[in-house]
Order: sequence, then structure tokens, then C-alpha cells
Amino acid sequence: MSTELTGQQSLPLAKAINAGLRQAMLDDEKVLLLGEDIGPLGGVFRVTEGLHAEFGGNRVLDTPLAESGIIGSAIGLAMRGYRPVCEIQFDGFIYPGFDQITSQLAKLTNRHQGSQAFPVVIRVPYGGHIGAVEHHQESPEAYFAHTAGLRVLSPSTPHDGYWMIQEAIRSNDPVMFFEPKSRYWPKGVVDFDANRTPTHASRVVRTGTDVTVVGHGAMVSVLLQAAEIAEQEGTSIEVVDLRSLSPVDYAPLVASVSKTGRLVVAQEAPQHVSLGSEIAATIAERCYYSLEAPVLRVSGFDTPFPPAKVESIYLPDADRVLEAVDRALAY
Amino acid sequence: MPETSATIQLLSPEGRLVENAANEELHALVRELDEGQLRRFHRDMAVTRRFDVEAANLQRQGQMGLWVPSFGQEAAQVGSAYARRQQDHVFPSYREHAVALVNGIDLVDIIELLRGNTHGGWDPKQHNNFHLYTLVIGSQALHAHGYAMGIGLDGAHGSGDVERDEAVIVYFGDGATSQGDVSEAFVFAASYNSPQVFFLQNNHWAISVPVERQSRTPLYLRSTGFGIPAMQIDGNDVLASWAATRQSMDAARTGQGPRFIEALTYRIGAHTSSDDPTKYRDGADVDAWRAKDPIARFETYLRGLGTEESFFEEVREEADAIAADARRRTMEMVGPPASVIFDHVYTDPHPLMAEQKAWLERYEASYGENA
Repeated sequence: MSTELTGQQSLPLAKAINAGLRQAMLDDEKVLLLGEDIGPLGGVFRVTEGLHAEFGGNRVLDTPLAESGIIGSAIGLAMRGYRPVCEIQFDGFIYPGFDQITSQLAKLTNRHQGSQAFPVVIRVPYGGHIGAVEHHQESPEAYFAHTAGLRVLSPSTPHDGYWMIQEAIRSNDPVMFFEPKSRYWPKGVVDFDANRTPTHASRVVRTGTDVTVVGHGAMVSVLLQAAEIAEQEGTSIEVVDLRSLSPVDYAPLVASVSKTGRLVVAQEAPQHVSLGSEIAATIAERCYYSLEAPVLRVSGFDTPFPPAKVESIYLPDADRVLEAVDRALAY
Repeated sequence: MPETSATIQLLSPEGRLVENAANEELHALVRELDEGQLRRFHRDMAVTRRFDVEAANLQRQGQMGLWVPSFGQEAAQVGSAYARRQQDHVFPSYREHAVALVNGIDLVDIIELLRGNTHGGWDPKQHNNFHLYTLVIGSQALHAHGYAMGIGLDGAHGSGDVERDEAVIVYFGDGATSQGDVSEAFVFAASYNSPQVFFLQNNHWAISVPVERQSRTPLYLRSTGFGIPAMQIDGNDVLASWAATRQSMDAARTGQGPRFIEALTYRIGAHTSSDDPTKYRDGADVDAWRAKDPIARFETYLRGLGTEESFFEEVREEADAIAADARRRTMEMVGPPASVIFDHVYTDPHPLMAEQKAWLERYEASYGENA
């Protein structure tokens, strides 16, 4: 990769986040990377590839294999003035660090009453579609969106991956950064000269008039695919990419639903007490007089993530989204 | 869990110096202490105990939901607290009232915490890097490690200059040794050779559960399997506590890696004001430990050095005055404003905090004069 990143490049998400991490490390020498296998190997998904060679073992640290130890140590490093970026190897391995994230990292800013900031980023490859074994395909983002003191982001494109990781690192608050691992490999255009966008902004990524669909991470590409199919059938779908899961930027969503009168919320995660449920409730409150149909949710089932050979049945695809769109239109 | 042949003691329960080959180096360190420092040991132990009794009474009188007594652990705390150097950082658990006092914390701030006025209470940067109390058992061992790791990354230790090299001390109890976070902190500290001292106050009880349930082997042996040298001391001996901590901190700061100290002491009181120790332990054990009281033995020692009664009388008067002041200020305390619910949940502006804070203000205002 060239030193100067200008213009536009077609990159996969994994390499775009890599470029964003690199830029953040160049911009601020207090930025450190911590995690399992992130050094010479470059991480199991190679998101940190080349960074150990470029920045050395004092900036890119392979840690012992202990998630609580990684997060707890990152907290102390933040007290020392560092901006640690932790990699959790897979979604389902975050739980050994859950206590340090929710009882410590999320609450320490408040406990210190403003005398100490905790600019810690926790990167989590998440979600299904990769045919992996148990604990490697989960979507645990709602646990963290439910926890005060954390900010939660999830990019859906390489362009957002490059920019949003830098915004996350620049934040003075703890940020959970959920990377949709099934989107690590498809390429997309990254504009290295783009203007900064607000960290917590949702975005209309395809305009339409009949139904609004909203999702985040890997689900956005499913929604765009659904919109494409629907267009051929004469239905105009507007797609909103949440980008920020906490806080949620409702303004673009409210504007969209006020226009279309219908909303389908889609997510890979189980439905019960999920992020999608929260969005459905909020839109029902805010768009009551615009809604022509109840807000419908399309989710994973309320089961453990199933064995990979049936994940395509478990995970919402374009057909499941369109089935909900049809139901919304039938009201 | 009784003392072992490895237990290091400089001062016997009867207040006499114990000198042998094993503690020779530590005695040499103690000989550097002047009389003023020895008197400060006594003063801070006595003040903390007097304050602790007053705070326990205030809890019984409804001024706090909870009190966490430090009674009996004063020597382990005061000795180790004075062993840190100015550039060091201290990560307490939640019973380290004497360590707090030595580090310049207003003890009434601890009452504010346990009364429910705050989750924190002080700014560590303004209080000699004495960090906030941590209530989840063992979590702070990792925070301390991260800080120590940062010292290592900054190259702020290992020069050999003890006045400049930095180190970290973390306090925890015997119950915490069963927590994964403490073991993970051992792993990380050993792996990165972090300048960190693990200071265990084995007070023999994790609420109602005796230390034997946490470990069948002496706890000081715990860290050695992780590659961290350890020593076990008589935690009711303020001289041993000071010297062992000073030696360990200086070893850590000069690049020799982390150290572990197990201080054998005893929780004379309850875990907190909410439990009843008569339900789970034998009074004879408590009496045996009362006979090894840390303050009484050190007072005997000081008197043997020629310290006069007037000094002890002055300390008693000062301790009474501090307790009376704490009582008066507790009775005058007012709760925090509702805005503390939202303030500092995040460092950067956050739309939900602004929205909900504004909602609460409107809601409260809607009651008008009846609010």
C-alpha cells in the first residue's frame, strides 16, 4: 500500500479498515493495537496485516489469549494516555471480556465525573454468512447498544470502514466497532479525499417511495439486493443504512418513513429484545400519523445461531425481506 | 490459614523486633526510616481506625446504606501505602481506607461513595494517583496492569533511578484471588514484565467464606507458577508491610518485573455493615487475631524507642477530632442534583443524554411549586 492515500481506490472492507487503522496510527502515536494474533499474522482476517511490520511491536501488540485481560489492560492504558484499539477475534469470543466492557469500560467515565476519558475502541468481526463453526457467526451488538457509556458503530461498506474506524479512534468515549465479516472481501470504492461525516449518522443509501427498509452491517447489502428485485416488480424501496447503532440517528429514518409510510427493520440478530425492536418502537412513536402499516421486523430466529449448513435458512435474505415488504404493502 | 515458615515478620505481636537471616534486608530498609516516619505510621493507623469506628456508627444511625470496615488491616495498608514513591500509581479495591488517608484522600469522600452521593469521589490525578475504589472483585488488577504496561511502553521504568522509574501497586483480597481477572493480570504482567506489585491483603474472609475455600495452598505461592516472585508477610506488622512493599516496588520499577506480596491479616469486623459474622465464624479466632493487633504492637514498639505518652495522647485527640469532623460533615451532607444522572456518562456530547436530561427538567418543572 502506498504511503499517501489520495483519490479513490477499489478495496475490500478488510483492507479499507486496515488503511483506516494505519492512518489513525500515523496521525496519533498514542494509538495502539492490542489483540490475539494481530501482530506478524495480521489477525485471523488480516485486518491488521502489515501494521506490525510498519509500526513495530510496541504499537501492534499480540496479547495473551484472554479477552478480559485485553479489555482490562486497555482501560489502564487509556488512563496512561493511550488510545487502545482492541481486536476481539470473533463475535462469540467477546463474552469473557463482557464484564470489563460493561461494568468497567462503559462506566468508568461516569465514575470519574469527567476527570478521565476512556478512548478505547473494541473491534469485533461479527455476523454470519461465512460457514463457520459455533461462536464464529453471532451478532451480539444489542448487548452493547443497551449499555450506557458505550458507542456502537457498524460500517457496511469499504468507504465507511476506512472513515468510521478513524472516527471511532478519534472519539473520546469507548466505541464498539462491529465489522460485518461477510463483507470483508467484496470490493467497494473508497474515497480517500472525502469530507468527514458525523460519527453517528444514518444514511439513505437508495431512494424509493413505497417502503423504507433499514438495517446495518452485512444486512445493508441484502436490503439493496431486495430493493433491486422489488424495482423489477414495480415496488420502490428506500434503503437506510444505520451505521451507528448507539446512539441511533433517527432523523433520516423518520424523514423516510414520513414519506413512504411503511418500515421494515432487518437484522441478522435474534429478534427478541433486539436493536430492531427498539427501532420499531421508536418509529411507531415518532411516525404514528404517517404509518400506513405496522413496523415489521425481519430477524434471525430466537435460537442459538444454527450449524453452518442451515445458516442460509436462519439468516434473513432478500426473499425474507421482500416477504415482509409485501406484508407491509398489503395493509 | 496460619502463618508459614516463609512468613516474614519484623515486629512480633508483642512489639519486639524479630531479626533473622530471612528478614535482614528488610530490616536494613527499615533502618532508613526516621522517627517522624515511624510516628506517621502510628498516627495514620490510629486515625483510620477511629474514623472506621465512627463511620460504622454513622451507618448504624442511618447515614449510609453500607459501611465497609477496615478495622484490623491498618498495618498492611499504612505500611504499603507509604512504600510507594511520588511517581507511582495506586489501584485500590474498596476497603483501603488507610491507603486512601496516606494518599491524601479526604476520608469523608468514602462516606459520600457509600452513602450513595457518587460512584467515584475523587480525581486520582489530583490525589497522588490514588485511583477510584473498584467494587467488582478483582477488576482493578487488570486496570493496574494496563497502566503498568503503559509505563513499560513509555520506557518510564528500568533506568535504575528509583526516584524517577515508575511503578504501580494494586490491592485486592483473598476472595479476589479466585477471580479470573486476577489470574489474567498475573499472566499479562509476567508476559510484558510490567512494573506492577500485586498486594494481597489476606484477611481470611470473603464475606462469609473462609480463605480455605479459595485456596488449599498458601496464597503467596499462587503467583510463582505465573513466573512472578512472591513473599508472604505478617500483614499486621507495619514495618514488614512497608519494607516488603518498598523492596518489591523498587524491584518492579527498576525493570526486574512484577512482584506479589501476600499480607496475612484479619478482618476483625464484618465484611460490611450488612452481614453478621457470628453466623459463620468462631469468636475464638477473632480473639486470637485481636491479640495480634497491628496498632497495639506498634505502639509498644514506639514506647520502647522512647516515644512519650504525650504523642499517643495527641494522636488520640487528633483522631477524635477527625472523627467528629467526619460526623458533622456527614450530617450536613446534601444529595447531588438530578443532573448527575446524565453528566459525564460520555466525554463527548451525546444526543440521548441531552434529550433525556432536557425531558427530566421539563417534567420536574411541570410540577411547578409542588416539585
